[in-house]
Amino acid sequence: MSDTWASALPQAQFDGLIRIREAGLCGMITLRGDPAALAGPLRAQTGLDMPAQRRIVSAGALQLAWMSPDELLLCLPHAEAPTMVAALQTALAGQFATVANVSDARAVFDLSGPRVRDVLAKLCPVDFATLQPGDIRRSRAAQVAAAILSLEDDQFRIICFRSVAGYMFDLLAGAAAPGSDPALYP
Amino acid sequence: MLSLTCPCCGITAEETEFTPGGEAHLTRSGPGSSDSSYEAYMFQRKNPRGVHFERWRHAYGCGKWFIAARDTVTLEVFGTYPAQTTEPPAEIVTQIRARRPDWTPEPQGAA
Ligand SMILES: [Zn+2]
Repeated sequence: MSDTWASALPQAQFDGLIRIREAGLCGMITLRGDPAALAGPLRAQTGLDMPAQRRIVSAGALQLAWMSPDELLLCLPHAEAPTMVAALQTALAGQFATVANVSDARAVFDLSGPRVRDVLAKLCPVDFATLQPGDIRRSRAAQVAAAILSLEDDQFRIICFRSVAGYMFDLLAGAAAPGSDPALYP
Repeated sequence: MLSLTCPCCGITAEETEFTPGGEAHLTRSGPGSSDSSYEAYMFQRKNPRGVHFERWRHAYGCGKWFIAARDTVTLEVFGTYPAQTTEPPAEIVTQIRARRPDWTPEPQGAA
């Protein structure tokens, strides 16, 4: 077995209206279950409190995002995911909950620049004026599902299925073509 | 354009973020039911011009099912509520009656 891991589109990048960078290897763990049952083990293992509805809480390299009333996404360094999954599974043994390492099922793109909302607005049925830093919005980008994380002002992260990474990158690059700013947002 | 508010995650989004699931509040007829009630459960659906109750899934969002009360002609949405509901909640009925005084709730489960 090889120990060589590769992200979906290593080093893919585009600079136009915004800056687009494939984020490289990202660890991601999906937790499902009653939030009340997940909260204790998560706090013990990560130090993170439960995020409010559609919010992200973070500490250092860890981010915990609210995905649905019974689903959370824990982002962490890729190499730490297997150990964290094992620890959380042990802590949740016997509970009606699942912990799954989904790191290699996903592709991640970092988007930045003052026009990032305008580029995303071309692709997603979302009013980006309502999205604050620390919010997560699950929607679609053209024809594929996407989780959009508002990290800081002018800085977003988009997570999609790995199988559509090429489609997503081309989509973002096309929407960021120079001279195509819809100028929806100030 | 039809805009729906998902009661599970609080997002208001347009129709393409959701998947329609057909008529809501069906009474399931299974083993032991009569042929006619089973046929009604399987095949007979209301197709009203006006107030209608439908199942929707927030497919591109939180992934949850919910129920929407809307007008099939105007696309006006009277309200949305959890899928774990066997009949339209009182506040939804009040909301519909405020906008459609002639409308009366039908007994649910009737084919
Ligand atoms: Zn939802």
